Amino acid sequence: MLKIEAGLIDNGDFTISADFSLGAGDKAAIIGPSGAGKSTLIQALSGFLPLRQGRILWKGADLTPLLPGDRPTATLFQDGNLFPHLTAGQNAGLGLQPDLRLSKAQEERVGEALKRVGLEGLEDRKPSELSGGQQSRVALARVLLQRKEILLLDEPFAALGPALKADMLDLVSEIVTDTGATLLMVSHDPQDARRIADQGILVAEGRVHDPMPCAALLDNPPPSLKAYLG
Amino acid sequence: MARRAQPISASPGVGAALFVAALILGTLAAVALRAEAGRGLGASDWAALRFTLTQALLSAVFSVLLAVPVARALARRRFPGRSLLIALLGAPFILPVIVAILGLIAVFGRAGWISQALGFLGFEPLQIYGLHGVVLAHVFFNLPLATRLILQGWQETPAEHFRLAAQINAGAISMWRLLEAPMLRQVLPGTFAVVFAICLSSFAVALTLGGGPRATTIELAIYQAFRFDFDLGRAALLSAVQLLLTGAAGYLALKAARHDGPGAGLDRVLQRWDGQNTSARLFDLFWLLAAASFLLLPLAALLVSGLPGLPLLQASVWWAAMTSLLVAACSTVILLCLALPMSAAVALGRRGGVETAGILGLAASPLVIGTGLFILIYPIADPFALALPVTALVNAIMALPFALRILVPRASEVIAGYGRLGLSLNMIGWPFWRQVFLPRLRAQIGFAAGLGAALSMGDLGVITLFADPEVATLPLQIYRLMGAYQMQAASGAAVLLLLLSMGAFWILDRGGRWHAED
Repeated sequence: MLKIEAGLIDNGDFTISADFSLGAGDKAAIIGPSGAGKSTLIQALSGFLPLRQGRILWKGADLTPLLPGDRPTATLFQDGNLFPHLTAGQNAGLGLQPDLRLSKAQEERVGEALKRVGLEGLEDRKPSELSGGQQSRVALARVLLQRKEILLLDEPFAALGPALKADMLDLVSEIVTDTGATLLMVSHDPQDARRIADQGILVAEGRVHDPMPCAALLDNPPPSLKAYLG
Repeated sequence: MARRAQPISASPGVGAALFVAALILGTLAAVALRAEAGRGLGASDWAALRFTLTQALLSAVFSVLLAVPVARALARRRFPGRSLLIALLGAPFILPVIVAILGLIAVFGRAGWISQALGFLGFEPLQIYGLHGVVLAHVFFNLPLATRLILQGWQETPAEHFRLAAQINAGAISMWRLLEAPMLRQVLPGTFAVVFAICLSSFAVALTLGGGPRATTIELAIYQAFRFDFDLGRAALLSAVQLLLTGAAGYLALKAARHDGPGAGLDRVLQRWDGQNTSARLFDLFWLLAAASFLLLPLAALLVSGLPGLPLLQASVWWAAMTSLLVAACSTVILLCLALPMSAAVALGRRGGVETAGILGLAASPLVIGTGLFILIYPIADPFALALPVTALVNAIMALPFALRILVPRASEVIAGYGRLGLSLNMIGWPFWRQVFLPRLRAQIGFAAGLGAALSMGDLGVITLFADPEVATLPLQIYRLMGAYQMQAASGAAVLLLLLSMGAFWILDRGGRWHAED
């Protein structure tokens, strides 16, 4: 179970309070008005923003003092998910070995991961030689190799067209179902949320609300969300 | 905001900054303690002070005044070769001083092109040694710099202002009143102060074209106190005077300089509607041709006089060239070992202290640092045996401010853009350096290394204090050939030096950008 206990997150401009828990293996969409602090929540979970108060627990272990790389989280940001000077294979391989000294067996696993996301044979391409969708797939291949128990998505597919974005979300859904990972994804689009999330976490009015079934939250939104959804 | 975790540590950079600060401040302290203030300045010292100020003032006035029409012409004309000419304006920065001096002598000297032409017409030949030679060389080096700074002022003038001026059909005089004069009022004080400060502490020009009781600068007097009298007390006293001068001038330059522009995009062409009549066109053409010839003729003259001598160079010149390559290579390595961690530290938010250590090198002249190092080394080791390591180190310290200006913006971008990703993948410490920081900075590292290598290769400063007759870098060897009136050999060696330093810059800069992609 992922749990934030009496958390207060300070991103420099404003603070949000968080006190909620989410079951292991759940898929949650983080929903809320722009600027409410959805990305801030992701950054706190992934370890880029320290909590001012409270603590984060995963399966009973305290994550609060851990650096991002030591947490059981893999994060995809809005942009900058790939190093432009490294090949697709190297970018994915970073999920196994941060210094990229890969063994033969590890290289094979990189190849399999790329194949799994539909990029077979494109190991040696640099990101600039790949399409936007293919770049997202490389990042997802790395997520596969990282084998982290929690996947955090801060709208990594926002720049893709609707069809491509749907493809990516389906791929994410398959990956987390296969690996049993817990998913938290920021979403601006109720369609995306309905597509893969079973839980909805509302971030509004300086507070992270308790998770509730995604469909119920969207069908019957509280006033702050209603104004945003229109 | 709470302090974020970072993939690399700032401590190596802070350590490098402390090393640089300790070195510079330590040598300055050594100078201050050794200076025999009680002795006071003698008549010749006062003369040196007067000459230093006079030549710097004249050099700055001429550089800046001549740069105004050149910058105006560059700002409002588009022509083939314009961006090449603007790139050429950056070249004197890495041009070895002694190379330019030999070129200037070949054009303006007693036996130079102009004197020969005057001879045909029955006039006396020109005399290049002395005040006007020093000023001429300083204008050669600083007119391009001043032009670039003023051109930047033009580029920062909003396009709307030109449109407005075009609508009211502003003529030359109203253009001056509306746009140019206000812009110059902002830009000129800083430009003037920078050139003045540079000319106060330029040593090689005074060494080669000055000298004698009427044309000795403080720096030259330090050198003479050292080499001819071995009077360390007097050298230290003069160094203290020089330190006060450059410190004050540097402070004024920083005060007068406006915010530091990006410097990039100087070859962008503004859309302009003024200055379209024939006389304005001819006027601009004249200034562009004059500036281009002033910069190119000396180099052409040097090539003409030096190239035939290139195959005949003595073994001593080749040895000196090998020595220079070695010193430049070591200096470049030292430079990068200091500048890379320091740029990372600045990018990680340790701005103030580290940046200050980086620009300390601008405040102290190499000769002053050299004097201080000599005083420090003398009691414990033979300074002359350490001539080459000391030269490599001092050259690196002198190039450090420029290397940091090249590296820091990109380092900040890399940390801001990829620090988070690296951290989330547990790339901490060396893996981040090796996989991200160094590869992402490759082009900037190449540029900084090229600059450092070229500056070190062409340096004729601290080596003159430390070298015994057995040891010479190529610039020093050229200076010795000049002193022995072997101008032919000196020109040949200068062509070699030109090829080596430009080649080193080109290879390193190119190497950094080779197959680099974003």
